[in-house]
Amino acid sequence: MGEPLILAANLSVDFPVRGALGKKKKVHAVSDVSLTIEKGKTFGLVGESGCGKTTLANLLLGLVKPDAGSILFDGKEITDISQKQLKIVRRDMQMIFQDPLSSLNPRFNIFRIISEPLFIRGGYTRKQMEARVLELLELVGLPASSLHRYPSDFSGGQRQRIGIARALALNPKFLVCDEPVSALDVSVHAQILNLLMDLQKELSITYLFISHNLAVVRDICQSVAVMYLGKVVETGNAQTIFDHPVHPYTQSLLSAVLDVDADNKRERIILQGDIPSPIDLPTGCRFHTRCPNARPECAIHSPELREIESHHRAACY
Amino acid sequence: MKDRIKDLSGFLLKIWRHPKGRVGAVLIALLIFTAILAPLIAPYDPYDVTARSEKGLAPSLSHLLGTTITTGQDIFSMLIYGTRVSLLVGVVSGLSIAFLGAILGVISGFLGKWADMLIMRLVDVMLVIPTLPLTIVLTNLFGKSYGLIIFIFTLFGWTGLARVVRSQVLIIKKSTYVKAAQLAGASDFHIMFRHILPGVSHLLIMNTALTSAGIMVAEAGLSFLGLGDPTAISWGKMLAEAQSGGALLFGHWWWILAPGIGIFVSVFAFMRLGLALEEIFNPRMRRTSSIRKLWKSMNGAYLQDVFHSMDEEPVPVLQKERVAVRE
Ligand SMILES: Nc1ncnc2c1ncn2[C@@H]1O[C@H](COP(=O)(O)OP(=O)(O)O)[C@@H](O)[C@H]1O
Ligand SMILES: [Mg+2]
Repeated sequence: MGEPLILAANLSVDFPVRGALGKKKKVHAVSDVSLTIEKGKTFGLVGESGCGKTTLANLLLGLVKPDAGSILFDGKEITDISQKQLKIVRRDMQMIFQDPLSSLNPRFNIFRIISEPLFIRGGYTRKQMEARVLELLELVGLPASSLHRYPSDFSGGQRQRIGIARALALNPKFLVCDEPVSALDVSVHAQILNLLMDLQKELSITYLFISHNLAVVRDICQSVAVMYLGKVVETGNAQTIFDHPVHPYTQSLLSAVLDVDADNKRERIILQGDIPSPIDLPTGCRFHTRCPNARPECAIHSPELREIESHHRAACY
Repeated sequence: MKDRIKDLSGFLLKIWRHPKGRVGAVLIALLIFTAILAPLIAPYDPYDVTARSEKGLAPSLSHLLGTTITTGQDIFSMLIYGTRVSLLVGVVSGLSIAFLGAILGVISGFLGKWADMLIMRLVDVMLVIPTLPLTIVLTNLFGKSYGLIIFIFTLFGWTGLARVVRSQVLIIKKSTYVKAAQLAGASDFHIMFRHILPGVSHLLIMNTALTSAGIMVAEAGLSFLGLGDPTAISWGKMLAEAQSGGALLFGHWWWILAPGIGIFVSVFAFMRLGLALEEIFNPRMRRTSSIRKLWKSMNGAYLQDVFHSMDEEPVPVLQKERVAVRE
């Protein structure tokens, strides 16, 4: 086990919403999540849309305040510090987004986009900014001539490279990649992922890699957490979990991916029904309504994460 | 700074290259020219009502558009002077509406919470106040003046704009490029002046041109009803005088046509410019008739359409976000 960059413990957050007839309700976006992200490694976060992946990332970045729990970033507690201190800590964090087009201001040229973090930090001359932006463009494999063009002049993959260059401008220690390739054409997936991996090697950045694509996560992550309805159901070493998943939800996700593989050893597990709403959660284990092996007690008690083996925990009886 | 000047000249060049934009720009330049140099262009003093021998003359070389039946004023000179009121009321109201609408819309969208509540309630209240009776009451109270008319137009004109500015601010505020800036430590000030205001500015420019056009029509209407400054010369008042002075009865059509052309040309010019701006800023906008756009812009519904068409940005590749669990 390497040195941890992020130690999150028992994070929970609910969003107040107004239901029908203006009744106040809560979206249980993230519930009692603990995770450890090691320095220089890639931590994968997997789960269906709406299970709270982005919210969890926002919590770790200090963009959303947790209702409960604590976050240690590089040994410093960040849940109860002032906005001013948070801003300083955040200089070490950045994010790249799912939709590269909407993450770039259409009215900014590439120079303004990539230099914005430098501009915000302050203390750089125009010359210094230009030099740094050119350096970053080269790092992500874009020509220097991009400088005065606009996001609409670029393809999806190139736009994502621009987003990556912006994220690297202030040399972050921690980079959240929120579904960085899901909106892109399949043909450029490998390019972008390879770029991210190369950058990690070169700059030793820690990644939180959010994805619903298990194949991608398996290829690039050292550790993973599988989320279902705001809870982590299985977590640990990526290889171990992909080799023998314990939680039925993980098993069903994996079986759906593996079925494109040549060796079709595992049987496909088909989940019944839809994901329940995060507003009206099922009692007991949140997965029991769709679980193929659900037992009567699953509807009453919620299982805790328990150690299956070293570096492998799952929340199932 | 150099970039700004380059942006601005590029923008002006775009208007010039756009056929509608060029027509609008040239006509507006002419109107401004006419308004400023009116005393030099007008051959007679349009206020002179003492030329009793010259009453009701038909157009001729000495009186290009004839004279009025009742007072013998030179109609061509009145037409020239009328540009001043129309342009002044239209442009000043258009600008102050843009200013007020932008400020209230941005505050409402950016601050949210109680400020948003308050401003949106105010919008609702403004929408149900009947404007014409109120205008009559206010002119009785404060006397008739174009200052008052501009004030009333501004007071009631900002609501539609504020609403759409607010919704656009909300979209920008939630965008991931703002999130990236916040992660880099951006202040609210930075987000406001680098992302939000530039993000709505082009709509303010466009809105100013279109509202100005609408307000010129409305100003002519109020002047026609006698709610404008009674001592000023305006096209709306000219129409009213032509009607009461018996222009129709005596077949003096030029007396009616002159202010009509004035109103038409100035409204047309600002509409052309507004439509050109719209096509420059937002090439995807649905094409509908200019008259409908003018009508909608007077009702504040027009910008809503514009924003709507902007939000329907075609996403290059659709995201497939369901995990590969197939039924
Ligand atoms: N600001 C918010 N207000 C209310 N509900 C929210 C907010 N952000 C997220 N949610 C809800 O929380 C849940 C988790 O969302 P999210 O973290 O975006 O999921 P994911 O990234 O896994 O798709 C969803 O049901 C979503 O609707
Ligand atoms: Mg998400």
